[in-house]
Amino acid sequence: MGRRILLTGLDTFWGGRVAAALERDPGVEMLLGMGSGAPSVALERTEYVRADSSYSLLSRIVQATQVDTIVHTFLVVDSSSMSGRALHEINVIGTMNLLAAAGATGSSVRQVVVKSSSLVYGSHPADPVWFTEDTPRSRPARSRLERSLIEVESYVRDFAEENPRVTVSLLRFANVLGREIRTPISRNLARGVMPCIGGFDPLIQFVAEDDVVRCFETVVLEPIGGTYNVAGDGRIPVSEVARIAGVWRLPISPFFTRQVAAPLIRLGVLDLPGELETLLRYGRGIDTTRLKAAGFEFSTTSAGAVERYAEISRLDRVIGDTQRYTYDADVEAFFKHSPAVVRPT
Amino acid sequence: MARQPGNILSEPAVPKRAPAHAGGSPARDEEGAVARMLRFPGLDPQPSDPLTDSARRSDVDEWGRSERARRLARRLGGFYYRRWFRVEWEGLGNIPTTGGALIVANHAGALPSDAPMIMHGVESEIGRPVYGLADSFFRTIPVVGTGWSRAGGVPAHPDNAHRILHDHQQLALAFPEGTKGPSKLVSERYQLRRFGRGGFVETAMRAGVPVVPIAVIGAEESMPILLRLPAAAKTLGVPYLPVTANHLIFGPVLGSVLYLPAKFRFRVLEPVHFGEAAGQAKYPRGKIMEEAEAIRQQLQEAVFDMLAHRRSIWFG
Repeated sequence: MGRRILLTGLDTFWGGRVAAALERDPGVEMLLGMGSGAPSVALERTEYVRADSSYSLLSRIVQATQVDTIVHTFLVVDSSSMSGRALHEINVIGTMNLLAAAGATGSSVRQVVVKSSSLVYGSHPADPVWFTEDTPRSRPARSRLERSLIEVESYVRDFAEENPRVTVSLLRFANVLGREIRTPISRNLARGVMPCIGGFDPLIQFVAEDDVVRCFETVVLEPIGGTYNVAGDGRIPVSEVARIAGVWRLPISPFFTRQVAAPLIRLGVLDLPGELETLLRYGRGIDTTRLKAAGFEFSTTSAGAVERYAEISRLDRVIGDTQRYTYDADVEAFFKHSPAVVRPT
Repeated sequence: MARQPGNILSEPAVPKRAPAHAGGSPARDEEGAVARMLRFPGLDPQPSDPLTDSARRSDVDEWGRSERARRLARRLGGFYYRRWFRVEWEGLGNIPTTGGALIVANHAGALPSDAPMIMHGVESEIGRPVYGLADSFFRTIPVVGTGWSRAGGVPAHPDNAHRILHDHQQLALAFPEGTKGPSKLVSERYQLRRFGRGGFVETAMRAGVPVVPIAVIGAEESMPILLRLPAAAKTLGVPYLPVTANHLIFGPVLGSVLYLPAKFRFRVLEPVHFGEAAGQAKYPRGKIMEEAEAIRQQLQEAVFDMLAHRRSIWFG
């Protein structure tokens, strides 16, 4: 019997692209995607269920579909896109419901993959140059986003402890860059600026969109449990990010940074959530030795991810955003279920 | 079906990094040879290396060092080393020429001048890079923090020290007194402070490397503190705010960066080996404290001995 996979966040970059990659694998028998909005990627055979963001419906779905794997990509790691309360609802309450469904008695779930972020390590002057998966944060989290992710991870760890038969993987991604994903950094780059804090030029890491998708694919298809850092090789200074991407550096005063940045954020000149501000001050490095030892190979380095992003955005500027996909329920239903469509058996 | 039992709590044991190999091909030009030697040999074959990654636009490596910045620092350091402080060494042979070692020294001068001098000295006399472990407070100062990192400074953190000493088998420099050393008043000079909680001994034990103590004289007089302003320091969020003799002589701005030309002498003591197995999770606290105190005693005695033989602060 093939794999039966449930994916959350189908309407986001993460879920959509991962679903597209997983449905190519013949070993995957059924793929079910959940999302609060319509999927943004054209999908061949993934079933789509609309669900509210806290997944109250989930335990029924898990029971009805007998999935063996849950891939939880719907965690918000960008605090400028929504209010703190919505964020808590999605990240903490959503994950809680998801894990409750996966851990219910008689559950068919054997693997859970959860997306997290290197934000859980924070960014502080007392940090080590490299965080391994076991290195604790230097200081407790202050921002709501980081706190919510830490809470999510603690639920995941509790779940792993209570369900030893389930392979649990927790993936901590560095800053992702690519065509589809929108992050505070990519929004800044798209506006032609890279904000920086005057007098600071810390080292940061990136991971390319394609590597993110491949990483999910690897972890799901040849189940490996544990916590893994995911970031392209090397760390590059913020100034170099601006040089590779070909954008202006926009230095902001190192003192009273929030006050200085606030009007610029209001005017839409830049995007600078609190987590990005501390990152641009002290940087962060996560050690990916464990993931590489598990057999994963990155297609590009941190600098390569930025360069790839720069190339794509140059192309998009010339030809425009032509390949937008819009989901149409009737069309999808026709292709997936109509007897008129000839399907390979 | 799972390669690992599905337990997130029992992480797979993975070796951190392959041990470093002494690398670098023989080079004719001296500058190039030094440059090659000063890179972490173990890190270099990675695809992210600024020299081989085609996407890179600068020479800043993953530890934040830049060879261009280091060249500048070497030039500046060379001037201070030879002409200003006229550094003289004793027992240079005690610094290991291969393998990791943790160098510790007494710390002095409002803006400590001993760290760059030891780093520059070992680098130019022995040809081995020294990675200065600095208080993370430096990272919070604009320009200074980034400059320190570009020139080869590393934030003092047990993990960073372990990577340098154990994984890369390089020399690291630490000042166990911390900020208590350089914040001493001129009247307390050369009285070594408590050596923290002995963290440096534990770091060396875990990395399986010796501790090499260096006694320093001269640094105290290069920027002597006459007065401390604790209230102002607290307001500014700095560890200490000194009024130095340099301030009185050169004024408030220049006096903060210009050193008095005291004569520096370094005495390298015998390397201390601990005889503990490397890589343990825990080491006996009593032994750590004992070893730390013994090293402090040794350094204190060496400093007193050197002072007894010093005829002049400025000419040695």
